[in-house]
Amino acid sequence: MDTRKLFILPLVAIAAMFAYAPYAIHAAPYESTMGLVQKIFYFHVPAAMAMFLSAFVCGIASAVFLFGRKEKADRLALSAAELTVLFGLIVLISGPLWARKAWGVWWQWDARLTSTLILWLVFQAYLLLRRYGGPGSDRLAAGVAIFGAANVPFVYWSVNVWRTLHPPTNVVRTLEPEMMWPFMWSAIAYLGLYGLMLAARYRLENRRAELEEIYLAAED
Amino acid sequence: MDFTSLTLTDVTRNFGRRRALFKVSLRCVAGEILALLGPNGAGKSTLLSIASTLLEPTAGEVRYGDQTARAAGAALRGRIGVLGHDLYIYPELSAVENLQFFGRVYGLPDVPARVEAALARAELAHRRDDPVAGYSRGMRQRLALERALLHDPRLVLLDEPFTGLDDAATSALRRRLAGLREVGTIVLITTHDLETIDGLVDRAVMLQNGRLVTIEPGPGSLRDRYRRLTTVSA
Amino acid sequence: MSFLRTVWLIVRKDFLIEARSREVLYTTLFFAVSCVLVFAFGFVREGRPLEDAASGILWIAIAFSGTLALGRAFERERQSETLRALLIAPIDRPALYVGKLVGVLLLLFVVELIIVPLVALMFQAPLFDHALLMMGLLVAGTIGFAAVGTLFAAMLVRARSRDVLLPVLLYPITIPVIIAGVRGTAALLEGDPNIAVARMWLSMLFFFDVVFVTLALWTFEPVMTE
Repeated sequence: MDTRKLFILPLVAIAAMFAYAPYAIHAAPYESTMGLVQKIFYFHVPAAMAMFLSAFVCGIASAVFLFGRKEKADRLALSAAELTVLFGLIVLISGPLWARKAWGVWWQWDARLTSTLILWLVFQAYLLLRRYGGPGSDRLAAGVAIFGAANVPFVYWSVNVWRTLHPPTNVVRTLEPEMMWPFMWSAIAYLGLYGLMLAARYRLENRRAELEEIYLAAED
Repeated sequence: MDFTSLTLTDVTRNFGRRRALFKVSLRCVAGEILALLGPNGAGKSTLLSIASTLLEPTAGEVRYGDQTARAAGAALRGRIGVLGHDLYIYPELSAVENLQFFGRVYGLPDVPARVEAALARAELAHRRDDPVAGYSRGMRQRLALERALLHDPRLVLLDEPFTGLDDAATSALRRRLAGLREVGTIVLITTHDLETIDGLVDRAVMLQNGRLVTIEPGPGSLRDRYRRLTTVSA
Repeated sequence: MSFLRTVWLIVRKDFLIEARSREVLYTTLFFAVSCVLVFAFGFVREGRPLEDAASGILWIAIAFSGTLALGRAFERERQSETLRALLIAPIDRPALYVGKLVGVLLLLFVVELIIVPLVALMFQAPLFDHALLMMGLLVAGTIGFAAVGTLFAAMLVRARSRDVLLPVLLYPITIPVIIAGVRGTAALLEGDPNIAVARMWLSMLFFFDVVFVTLALWTFEPVMTE
């Protein structure tokens, strides 16, 4: 069966959600102190959610690969690591854009932004290892991913305490109800996009493995 | 644990797109010396790594007696002796220190006596306390061999053991290998030195592009039979 | 064969090799001192160090020289593939990890014995006023850093580009340890030392150590088999 067809429906649904998102965000009320710039959160926070989810997917898939010796889990881990870096990039670009307006500086050593940067570096390092580590680096990278995922709470915790001067603001819970539903809309659209991209990337990796098999079989 | 045979069934190992071994099946029993021949890059070292439990096959199965490496674990590793291409000895330490260290790591009883015996066999008693870094290639090779055999392994895997040995050491090694056969050791040996092992080994197989080809016993020297095979298939 | 005996054998072997060449100790020590000097040029203005510079420089020197020592310690096991020999030996593989870890730790403690007084002297930092707490921070921080470092350095032995990959992998993961070390030390160096804050960072470091060592022991075996 052509598994490509399975992607059509979710793709249309998520595209529709993204298409409608600007209207929903436009309709949401202005935040009293930050004004227009606050609206970047509808974009920024869901991307961060997707990124952290992806980091944990990569960590868990790596553990399954390492201890259960399942090749497929490794392919999922690789796909998730790439998406962690991609969604992390969105977070790291949209964060400073907001910081420029809110704090007047491009980069603030804010706890969330800093821990995102560190996590992004960890998964970038994971990809570097896979790319330049030579044969067998898939198992080594799996070890790194387990540490990377387990490290997330520590990084957040330590960076947070390090930055005690700036009390953490809990954005999501303090949202007004009128802001909440566009936010949820964006979040679901983003997580849907993430799921779809992960499935597509995973499928690509599986197809690559099949191709390798065929290539090897052709040699025999 | 103990075992009296090594059985490889359809062992395949890929490194990415490169196929190092393809469906290799092989059985050797206690008291047998098997030569593993073939050109460079044919998969000999990969096969030895798999037999030594360091590398896992992509597909297929390796059994020691009726056990697998994963099930038997450390106890199995204690019955395997490996002489690698890189010798596995610390150049900063002396011969005695190297042997003592590995003897203790293997948890052997009576380490001092074993070390003395090994030094005597390697003919290194006079240089026993010198750092290995100052040894000649042949001396290191002899030490590395005795290190690999220190724990009386059941399965011995030797990667090019004749490299750098002079005539006297070569015949000593031949006698040593024959002695291992007497006590029921399974010996797997890779070499390019066909004349040296002719008449010593019980069987010879050849790896070519990761595939196993048996070299049939018959008339003519091992070199001739080997050459005949390589020219026919090339 | 018992776990601790294996650890002891490996530590003793590494000590014997190091005692003979002293290569890793001397190069690491010299590198650490150079680090302190180079950073001093960046963080000393008009003869006075910037606020908190001392604790930052101290921990950066430890992290940098630690990376160097880790690389060298495993390069030694790679030269004639002795790491493979140890992996084939019938030992508990986690004991091999602990043995190498203890060796690296002992080396780093010696390095710290030199650079801590050096930093105290050059930056007029009262590092010895709360010696016990300071020692706790150093020991716990070094263990956290080396626990991850030993695992990564061991697995990179069979990777290409291992020299660059070690810091690339190690630094992002150990950032919580470095933060805790730097902030804990800085709290002790303030004009009015903040003991409570230093204690909090110390207990955080202990927590990191427990988690990192447990994770490393757990992953060492599967990561080392190809």
